[in-house]
Amino acid sequence: MSETVLDISQVSKRFGATLANDAISLSLERGEIIALLGENGAGKTTLMSMLFGHYTPDSGHISVMGRLLPPGRPRAAIRAGIGMVHQHFSLAPNLSVLENVMTGTESLWRPWSDKAKARARLMEISARFGLKVVPEARLGDLSVGEQQRVEILKALYNDAKILVLDEPTAVLTNLEAEHMFATLKDMARQGLSIIFISHKLDEVMNTADRVVVLRGGRVVAERRAMETSKAELAGLMVGRAVTRPLREAATPGVVVLEAKAVTLREAGVERLKAVDFHLREGEVLGIIGVSGNGQASLARLVGGLARRSAGEMTLFGRPIGDMSVREVVEAGIGRIPEDRTHDGVIGEMAIWENAVLERLPEFTRRGLVDRKAGMDFARRIIDGFDVRGGTPASRIRLLSGGNMQKLILGRNLIEHPKILIAAQPARGLDEGAVAAVHARILEARRAGTAVLLISEDLDEVMALADRIQAIVGGRLSPPVSPERVDARHLGLMMAGEWAREREGAANAV
Amino acid sequence: MRFERREQIPPALALLTPLIAVAVSLALAGGLIALAGAPVLTAFGKILTGAFGSKLAATETLARAAPLILTGLAAAVAFRARLWNIGAEGQLYLGAIAVAAASAHLFGGLPGVVQIPLLFLTGALAGMVLLLIPLWLRLRFQVDEVVTTLLLNFVALLFVSMLIDTVLKDPLAFGWPQSVPVAPEAELPKIIPRSRLHIGLLVAVAVAFVVHFIQARTAFGLQSRAAGLNPSGAAFAGVPLGRTLVLVAMLSGGLAGLAGAVEVMGITSYVTTELSPGYGYSGIVVAMLAGLNPLGVVLAALFTAVMFVGADAMSRSLAVPSYIADVTVALSLLCMLVAIFFTQYRIRR
Repeated sequence: MSETVLDISQVSKRFGATLANDAISLSLERGEIIALLGENGAGKTTLMSMLFGHYTPDSGHISVMGRLLPPGRPRAAIRAGIGMVHQHFSLAPNLSVLENVMTGTESLWRPWSDKAKARARLMEISARFGLKVVPEARLGDLSVGEQQRVEILKALYNDAKILVLDEPTAVLTNLEAEHMFATLKDMARQGLSIIFISHKLDEVMNTADRVVVLRGGRVVAERRAMETSKAELAGLMVGRAVTRPLREAATPGVVVLEAKAVTLREAGVERLKAVDFHLREGEVLGIIGVSGNGQASLARLVGGLARRSAGEMTLFGRPIGDMSVREVVEAGIGRIPEDRTHDGVIGEMAIWENAVLERLPEFTRRGLVDRKAGMDFARRIIDGFDVRGGTPASRIRLLSGGNMQKLILGRNLIEHPKILIAAQPARGLDEGAVAAVHARILEARRAGTAVLLISEDLDEVMALADRIQAIVGGRLSPPVSPERVDARHLGLMMAGEWAREREGAANAV
Repeated sequence: MRFERREQIPPALALLTPLIAVAVSLALAGGLIALAGAPVLTAFGKILTGAFGSKLAATETLARAAPLILTGLAAAVAFRARLWNIGAEGQLYLGAIAVAAASAHLFGGLPGVVQIPLLFLTGALAGMVLLLIPLWLRLRFQVDEVVTTLLLNFVALLFVSMLIDTVLKDPLAFGWPQSVPVAPEAELPKIIPRSRLHIGLLVAVAVAFVVHFIQARTAFGLQSRAAGLNPSGAAFAGVPLGRTLVLVAMLSGGLAGLAGAVEVMGITSYVTTELSPGYGYSGIVVAMLAGLNPLGVVLAALFTAVMFVGADAMSRSLAVPSYIADVTVALSLLCMLVAIFFTQYRIRR
């Protein structure tokens, strides 16, 4: 009854000095869901990229339905029935859903395209798998969850028999993720085979039939989901026990930053609507919410990159106007941007230049940059924050994500800021780096820094924050204490349910 | 076969790149010379003797290099900050006509030591103004400056053409459309008497060192580089993007305007619409050949000047079309772009 649809055999791939995949073998049955579990850099994405023909394996081979797949040819992979749903969607925001799905399916030499036929086919697939879409909607107007649905539909439209999803829940809300996994299970029942890449244990345990754990480019274990536990998988994935630090009880100090009814309008849209919050010395205020609900604007507001349109703000008890980035930095406010590579660093510049750029006035004498002092500053950060993989003069692009984040943390924390704004500080990092970043944030908290932690990761917020507020559609909920709420309650808050919940008011601190 | 991004660019390779590019482009040009029916090695010999073979040739080459260095710097500083100034030609003309007008009507009586620096400043200011307009349009309305600076070249040239036929027309030029000449005190002293080589070359080389210093050592240099490499990262770090771009535009436009000033005060002493054989455009090639390095610009400008002057001489003596020079310079740019690609990527099978 079981029928092997995909057979990956002894596949290896080397990038420079690192062996990204080391003789990996894997087989997939019809109607089966496999979870590929591993930390960042374990080789999951490399393996799937070879499956899809983006990379050519150095050795080993891949066969689909018993037929050998020619290496390095995405078209051949699509024709063989492999459909890939990328982490960053490969869709065109200016086209309609239907046009996106059709792209690449018709010959360019055809004088016109048969939209009516394509539309009928799309609707048929959509109905069969319960993936609802409006074919005429412009893709850019859809939510991230809907866009992912389009990406899956596009794979199915191409007659995919094997669906590969690269960290499908990274961009989804919890509710959207649940829907998606329900759909995946339904697809598997209808005979599709599915591989999904993940490093989240919950979803792996709930969805997969079989779990393949990768570490350091090798398959270290293969388990039936029924016969394993989260603890075992975590240990296999990391290779050692890593525990994230937890905050200890502490008494917060005076209020250092307070916002009253602050409204922020950007590009004609109200991103923050009359928000109230305050930050105290030596405490972490966690702001949870699904991305796109105004947390980026909140970080920009406090970080000196946006001008509020209404409301009052006080800093260290004094009312403040709009502050520039330089004033913010000079006031002792450290900032960790949400998007490391986009905002946090300038990849082609040296580590020392990245270290001093936001505090350039301090390193400038009569218009000239004090290179030596900058180098020394960078070296202090590298030593103090365990940044590995570069010297002050090497380009920062060469650092791994975790080390880049340590450098960003270091340039903010080394001068003991009074306030730290940390937006998604652990996003995309592996367990070891997450633990290091959390430890640093807690260390700063102990030293009296007021931390504004903006995060989508409930575990992170529960572990670090003294108080939690949810942000939904630009509005902030009243704060709650993590001791008095559970994940379900926070989930409701993230869905904007606080307004109606009497209980929420009772828990307010 | 596929390309992989190199993690480190070996310094030797970075230095070799332009040399390899030039060598390949010369080889390709050799093929064209052979097609034109001339002996290739002789032709290259003629190019060299044409550019360096006599005192006259050498001074001519160096005199040509001076404006190329300045327009090359103008492109290099702008491109570093991702400001696509394609308008150096127009800025050069505006600088030139401003100098002629100012010298004839404003500073004419002043002694050279005072007047020459004043006129340099005048030319630079005129170039700045012409680049600040498209910059303002970009900052205010997101208008692409590639289009605006390019089109302003024609506007500037036609404006100059109008001026030299009307208010600034030289009444002693027998009706030819040329501007009033600069005052005799404003003519740049010659480095070698009775040649066309004037101190403008020294000015240009000195300016290249100053620009290099600004980019390598000053806070402004660091900020403008950051703004060019990653605007949103620079903004996050508090680099004032608009103000930085305004300063970059002033520097770039000023350099192009200075090129026009040097050309008028050093070579022609009056402005015609044939003042520049495309120095503004060639400056882009020079800057790219130099990898946007200000000191490299000096060498790249010399190479370009050698090709232009030498190929002229070659075409005269071997009856090969002098377009070979343009073709070789254009080829060298193409080769350089390919070579830059290979410094950043390596081939893997």
